Amino acid sequence: MAPSNETLLRVRGLKIEGRADHEWLEIVHGVDFDLRKGEVLGLIGESGAGKSTIGLAAMGFTRDGCRISAGTVEFDGMELTKASDEARRKLRGSRIAYVAQSAAASFNPAHRLIDQYAEAPVEHGVMARAEATTDAVDLYRRLQLPNPDEIGFRYPHQVSGGQLQRAMTAMAMSCRPDLIIFDEPTTALDVTTQIEVLAAIRDAVEQFGTAAIYITHDLAVVAQMADRVMVLLKGDPVEEAETRQMLANPKEDYTKTLWAVRTFRTEPKPVPAADAVPAVSLRNVTAAYGSVPVLHEVSFDIHKGRTVAVVGESGSGKSTTARCITGLLPPVSGHIFIDGEEPPADYRQRSKDQLRQAQMIYQMADTALNPRQRIRDLIGRPIEFYLGLKGKAKEERLRALLAEIELEPDQFIDRLPSELSGGQKQRIGIARALAAEPQFIICDEVTSALDQLVAEGILRLLDKIQKEFGLAYMFITHDLATVRSIADEVVVMKEGKVVEQGPKAEMFTPPHHAYTDLLLSSVPEMDPDWLDRLLAERAAGGAGAAAAPAAAAPAAARGVNPGE
Amino acid sequence: MLLIDFVAYAVAAVVLMSVGAWVVKRGLVAVTADRRQHLLRTTPLSAYFGLLTIATYVLVAIFADLVAPFPERDVLGAEYQPWGEAHILGTDNLGRDMLSRLIYAARNTVGIAFVTTALAFLLGASMGLLAAVVGGWVDQIFSRVIDILMSIPQLIFALLLLTIFGTSILSVVLVIAVLDSTRVFRLARAVAMNVVVMDYIEAARLRGEGLGWIISREVLPNVTAPLIAEFGLRFCFVFLLISALSFLGLGIQPPTADWGSMVRENATLITFGDPTPLLPALAIALLTVAVNFVVDWMLHRSSGLKD
Amino acid sequence: MSPLLSMVLRRLGLGLLTLWAISLIIFFALELLPGDLAQQILGQSATPETVAALRAEIGLDRPPLTRYLDWLGGALVGDFGVSLASQREISELIGVRLYNTLFLAAYAAIIAIPLAVSLGVLAALYRNSLFDRGVNVFTLTSISTPEFFVSYILIIWLAVQLGAFPSISNIGPDTTFWQQVDRTFLPALTLTLVVTAHMMRMTRAAIINLLASPYIEMARLKGIPRSKVIVRHALPNALAPIINVIALNLAYLITGVVIVEVVFVYPGLGQLMVDSVSKQDITVVQACCLIFAAAYILLNLTADVLSIVTNPRLLHKK
Repeated sequence: MAPSNETLLRVRGLKIEGRADHEWLEIVHGVDFDLRKGEVLGLIGESGAGKSTIGLAAMGFTRDGCRISAGTVEFDGMELTKASDEARRKLRGSRIAYVAQSAAASFNPAHRLIDQYAEAPVEHGVMARAEATTDAVDLYRRLQLPNPDEIGFRYPHQVSGGQLQRAMTAMAMSCRPDLIIFDEPTTALDVTTQIEVLAAIRDAVEQFGTAAIYITHDLAVVAQMADRVMVLLKGDPVEEAETRQMLANPKEDYTKTLWAVRTFRTEPKPVPAADAVPAVSLRNVTAAYGSVPVLHEVSFDIHKGRTVAVVGESGSGKSTTARCITGLLPPVSGHIFIDGEEPPADYRQRSKDQLRQAQMIYQMADTALNPRQRIRDLIGRPIEFYLGLKGKAKEERLRALLAEIELEPDQFIDRLPSELSGGQKQRIGIARALAAEPQFIICDEVTSALDQLVAEGILRLLDKIQKEFGLAYMFITHDLATVRSIADEVVVMKEGKVVEQGPKAEMFTPPHHAYTDLLLSSVPEMDPDWLDRLLAERAAGGAGAAAAPAAAAPAAARGVNPGE
Repeated sequence: MLLIDFVAYAVAAVVLMSVGAWVVKRGLVAVTADRRQHLLRTTPLSAYFGLLTIATYVLVAIFADLVAPFPERDVLGAEYQPWGEAHILGTDNLGRDMLSRLIYAARNTVGIAFVTTALAFLLGASMGLLAAVVGGWVDQIFSRVIDILMSIPQLIFALLLLTIFGTSILSVVLVIAVLDSTRVFRLARAVAMNVVVMDYIEAARLRGEGLGWIISREVLPNVTAPLIAEFGLRFCFVFLLISALSFLGLGIQPPTADWGSMVRENATLITFGDPTPLLPALAIALLTVAVNFVVDWMLHRSSGLKD
Repeated sequence: MSPLLSMVLRRLGLGLLTLWAISLIIFFALELLPGDLAQQILGQSATPETVAALRAEIGLDRPPLTRYLDWLGGALVGDFGVSLASQREISELIGVRLYNTLFLAAYAAIIAIPLAVSLGVLAALYRNSLFDRGVNVFTLTSISTPEFFVSYILIIWLAVQLGAFPSISNIGPDTTFWQQVDRTFLPALTLTLVVTAHMMRMTRAAIINLLASPYIEMARLKGIPRSKVIVRHALPNALAPIINVIALNLAYLITGVVIVEVVFVYPGLGQLMVDSVSKQDITVVQACCLIFAAAYILLNLTADVLSIVTNPRLLHKK
């Protein structure tokens, strides 16, 4: 449904303050936007951009410890910042509704879903209790929840995450509001579940002509959902435009960095000789946490100087595989060879030299670097510990490593992690791994917490280091763009099993294993038509058909910058 | 002295300290440069009040010999003399100077409570950190034993142990330190558990670092802030417990001046409506409030710094 | 078996196990005595013969395990042996005192629990209001104050100056119930003040914690009036935390009771215990310790079972 010209929500000069240490600090510094009836506005930005705060303010609501300090929020002619509490309360739930990020936490554990559904319509006098119950079942059916007649009579903890999120969307719809605020509704879900929820939300919004504010940090998601997009940075609006225009032609530098397409591609490497000894080799590795099996017969090789990307959803066993290799989780059966030799399964029994061989770089550099240690100690310790270097020799090595990761030694050597940016922290993580002079490095989602441009810098650095030292990488990721950039080979995992593996080029060309296909096709792309096309293709029955355009034309699909 | 006077004096003391706290805050904020000034300015008045009060107590305790008009244990005249020129707060049940005993008791009571808390920390924190870092059955055994020890109320357990070991200062200190270390263990373990799950600990383990390095270099620096705040809270509990035991006649023994036993020794006066014997109890309460204020502020700060 | 029932049974089993472990500790703590009990009673100057005779008389010559089993068996039916100081049956000493202590504790609890819970909930609901600040100052002062300080202030004010209540709880065999209510008022009030402070602080914290849950925010964002949010969304989930707070704080009653009984010369178990500690009457101390510990464990056990039973996630199994 096309948005009408009638303005539903008008926000002007909105400033919001938060309380910290007995002082009020401004966290949103003056935001203006309009929302027409039936229109979907995407609010996008990193954490701390103030997206959620603005979304709630659109309901005339602030969390404890926050207050609207200036500006107006006008909803359908009513000025919410000046309205009485009672007037605002009557709007909430009936004309403006809210869908939270975590459905599991936002449903009251003590009541059944359908009772929570009926609460708002009964309270606001929209429907009687019995009517609301029938209506709920109807909406559950429309949102394609399984067992719509029955699911409402369950308690929240008896329903899965993706279904709860749809039930919450239904609940927000219960009074047929004019406006719904969606606050990162799919962030906590896996990609394959995310599709269902995105589809459900979009259907519902279109069917009822509801206007929406869709808050997310994921560009590809916002491209599917929003008519217009507003980019926020640290409480300031950066840019606002129609979605297609914004994707094709961002104006501000910050927006361009968000939109930047990953152009980096690792050079194809020669195929290793058939008799080459792999840096790491897994043979039929099976592992379990207690009595819960988590890995089944996993086998693959990682050759020197090459990168194997391991992809899969949460719970697929990709991180567990890493734990088996490092010896944190000794396998139940199977063998792990490092440089042709089998070290003890438990890291505590490995020699210093065996430990040195395999290093690890973590996803969250924040938790991977001890916040109380200076860079000198963070990188210096493995140098001293493994190589026995002290004093001047250690200092020289330390400086050489900092130069290697492109950080000016004099400037950085005495800093604490808190004095570094996210990308710099990740570089320190790389230097720490490198300091051990290993054969093999496990990179666990090393770029997923970083902005596009910064992430690309990290990938280039890793590639440079790989060439220089002939390192083998195991690259754990769920991001296919990263896989395209850096992988030589790909291993796809699901429920603890390897479902498909092979060279990168083969993996991105059909035919695929059904799961690989589902996974590949479910990753949102920055093309506003992607979701429609995917749903149409899936409806037509050929899941395989969906993967073809996604894989064959990645640059086109990502829309904006025909860089390759 | 009448109750109303007593209350007036108590209020006056609090007001005096508050005004002092306000003056100190304004003074410090005025003389410091930008970066530290922010901290000084955002520190609430209650924290200044607490710090100032604690500083006063510590100074009095250290310089008791200089401040007190009379020696701690000398009988100087008639018993239960009223407030007056010679003896500002009168004399006690044996004719000793009340004010001097009050001042010396600052040294004894606070000192003993401090030593006991320190011991409890040494014991509880090291076991708690060990349990968290080693994990597995070591953690299981430690935690189960502590659970059982904690399922006897502290004062009751202390009474049982003091019956067995007698009521010397040494046994009071050791018994309370051991009993209180169970609480320290719980907290130290919980705080350390939050650190132990961090990737940097895993990185250190995978590097092959030993237990000593991991505890002292990786975990300890990250748990000091909450442990220091907990030290304040534990000190309050220990201080109140020792005072309670002394009051019951089972803690610090005469003729050592001590706030808890001073109340007990002079309780007769109370039944005549004279609240003078409650001055030591007031001293206890004021210090405990002060420590609580400082701990509140520190906890608030450390939780605020995280995000 | 339903998971709810098995969790409750497991918790009960754990409680019994703890009680048993406690009995071991209390009994064998005695073995830590330098010398032994007989030596302790007779003093250093006693001849080895008299010590041996006493040892035989009180059964110390039997192996520790036999003595423990005897003691435990007796304790289970209320027979704790003989007092070393007075040679009287301990059960006789304890009987009426246990009743008095329970009377005092129940008296204080009946006033303190509703008062503390309702004030704590109110403070949480009107957070940062003047009322909340007042409550905060009161509770902080109160928990920082030794119990004997509160007792004496009340004595000076209510007993000495106003003469409203007796300062000494003179309770004997022919005291009537209502006389006991009157004479126990001051000790009960003291206990109430001490326990209320702790309980209020923790109730407030628990409710604030609960009100910060996303589902409470969700209810408010659905436009549900404040009172209904509290009744329908907060209350069903608040039961378990409040029960826990109550149980935890009744522990302060146990500690408080000892000191308050001494101040008011109240003929209860706490005073008996303190007297016995001074006299080094170890068998009586053991008995009192066991009773207090058992009461504490049973309180916690009850609270845990209640919070399991009121947890909606466990009530409606998957």
